[in-house]
Amino acid sequence: MNAMSILVPLVVAIPLIGSAVTLALGRRHSRQITVSVVSLTLVVLAAAALLVLVDRHGPAVVHVGGWQAPWGIVLVVDRLSALMLLISALMLLGVLLFAVGQGIVDGDSETPVSIFHPSYLVLAAGLFNAFIAGDLFNLYVGFEMLLSASYVLLTLGGTGARIRAGVTYIVVSLVSSVLFLSAIALVYGATGTVTLALLAERIPALPTGIQLILGLMLLLAFSVKAAVFPLSFWLPDSYPTAPAPVTAVFAGLLTKVGVYAILRTQTLLFPENPFSVPLLVVAMLTMLVGILGALAQADIKRLLSFTLVSHIGYLIFGIAIGTPLALAATIFYLVHHISVQTTLFLCAGLVERVGGTTSLARLGGMLKAAPVVAVLFFVGALNLGGIPPFSGFLGKLALFQAGAELGTPLAYAGLAAGAVTSLLTLYALARAWNMAFWRPRREVENYESSMLDRLTDDPHDQGSVITKTVSALMVGATAAMLLLTLSLTVFAGPVFAFAARAAADVEAPATYIDAVFPNGTP
Amino acid sequence: MSASLTLVVLMAVLYAAGVYIMLERSLTRVLIGFVLVGNATNLLIFIMSGRPGGSPIITGTARDANMADPVPQVLMLTAIVINFGITALILALIYRSWWLARLGDEGDDLTDEHAGETASSSEENFRSSSDDDAAVQASLDAGAEDAP
Repeated sequence: MNAMSILVPLVVAIPLIGSAVTLALGRRHSRQITVSVVSLTLVVLAAAALLVLVDRHGPAVVHVGGWQAPWGIVLVVDRLSALMLLISALMLLGVLLFAVGQGIVDGDSETPVSIFHPSYLVLAAGLFNAFIAGDLFNLYVGFEMLLSASYVLLTLGGTGARIRAGVTYIVVSLVSSVLFLSAIALVYGATGTVTLALLAERIPALPTGIQLILGLMLLLAFSVKAAVFPLSFWLPDSYPTAPAPVTAVFAGLLTKVGVYAILRTQTLLFPENPFSVPLLVVAMLTMLVGILGALAQADIKRLLSFTLVSHIGYLIFGIAIGTPLALAATIFYLVHHISVQTTLFLCAGLVERVGGTTSLARLGGMLKAAPVVAVLFFVGALNLGGIPPFSGFLGKLALFQAGAELGTPLAYAGLAAGAVTSLLTLYALARAWNMAFWRPRREVENYESSMLDRLTDDPHDQGSVITKTVSALMVGATAAMLLLTLSLTVFAGPVFAFAARAAADVEAPATYIDAVFPNGTP
Repeated sequence: MSASLTLVVLMAVLYAAGVYIMLERSLTRVLIGFVLVGNATNLLIFIMSGRPGGSPIITGTARDANMADPVPQVLMLTAIVINFGITALILALIYRSWWLARLGDEGDDLTDEHAGETASSSEENFRSSSDDDAAVQASLDAGAEDAP
């Protein structure tokens, strides 16, 4: 029992214990906050330690309860998992501080707090469990944990709009979960195991037709969760109605678990990359359809939701190419996108409170009213749009390089789609910034614009403007997360080198298999 | 691998019926559909365990050779628990959306079946019940005094 194998189960155990404690402390709000913050901080530390240890000594493997791999549950942390653990733990902690700041200002009338902290920690535990799962079924359990918690968080307060949005989200998620479980059943029927390391050997030995069916079922189930076009229709309708911190976490992390699952299964179980061509086409469509949707939105939260969908396309593009460089770029872009999208949604939350609405038709003069928020949103937007020298540019550049290296016409088409999407992202976000922040307040009334008239507003928008104060903690949390995205730019060299090492592990499944079965597979 | 035809037919019927019902707009029907599809999936996992056999785990009996595969049973149990939890959550959601549809947001201000009563009338209720308590106490005290 070395240090690594103690740390691995802790990343799931700490949030779960924290969740139980916060549930018991239902009425003691300040203690709930302390417990949540402490448990997520501990996870951040554990994840950071794991990252260093795994990078030095190779994957950490824990056979839960001492049951050896194909029979017991196995937890595996390789470089990719460790990186995902660290970045998601940091995001969860930052958003938690934002939520605490919002709760302090509101006196907690908006969210029934007694259930917020337990659900949030269960969400965290499910997320971490999905990242360290060494078998398909444990991955499913991780998904279900985080989804159940997300159902509760999305319908917090139980208002009409949230129930309506929640129903769409829940039904779609249920269908994808059932599909995933059926896929697991078929995988078990075909191979007699659900352990990923063993499947990596047995699935390539199956007849091609069965391989394709299994791969396609898993891909479909994960694509719904990752919001890959055309399975992305549910996302822009359900995310924006939730409270701002919840939307930020969902946008930053929930779709990325789907991408992580696609990345893990496609590289480990289907090393031949049989879905390269369809994935390339789908990636292009995701980018273009997503960003065209964003262009038509007048509501900042809906606009961001559509950019979220479109940027999933870049990740799928990288996975579809599947070369080591492409995978390294995908991992780097994953980290970049998790942090920048979460930050932007938090900025939208700040805009909503200072400006009273997120509709561009009624926002104006925010640069004067909230200069700090204006800067935060502006830098985040440039980063997402891929302006040099930010990490968004570096990630896209690496993806484009990988696409050009592959050199097929389809890869070049994807590259072009990526460049167009990047420009349109910048256009959509710059327009939103101009309207909300730069346009003087007095021009908002009777504003004549053929462009604004063509934008569609949130269909459930009541047209009300309710401003609320912003606490220093909320701005501080957002600023800290923006600094994190900027540090991805400053330390892009080491981060990308790490992503390249992680990609090399992912590219060669032998590393993963040897870590789980040091004495050879049974 | 061999599987029972009955189970396969049952699974297919459950899947078909479940998917059909899930296509309805009503949330209650979606829930019923989900329960059917969830159980169909459980059956699918069960079918994947192959032919029936002796009790798993318990070794040292004559039936060791054709022991049933225990793993799908474990997977099924977990899936059943998860489905149960989600069913409960959807039921709560259905109740909440029914509440909102019937009463709207004002419904949240109603407390219980005494809703609509004014504060003074509930105060009266409270006073009369405490009067009753006092009367009961008085009669008890009187009874105690009568006792030898």
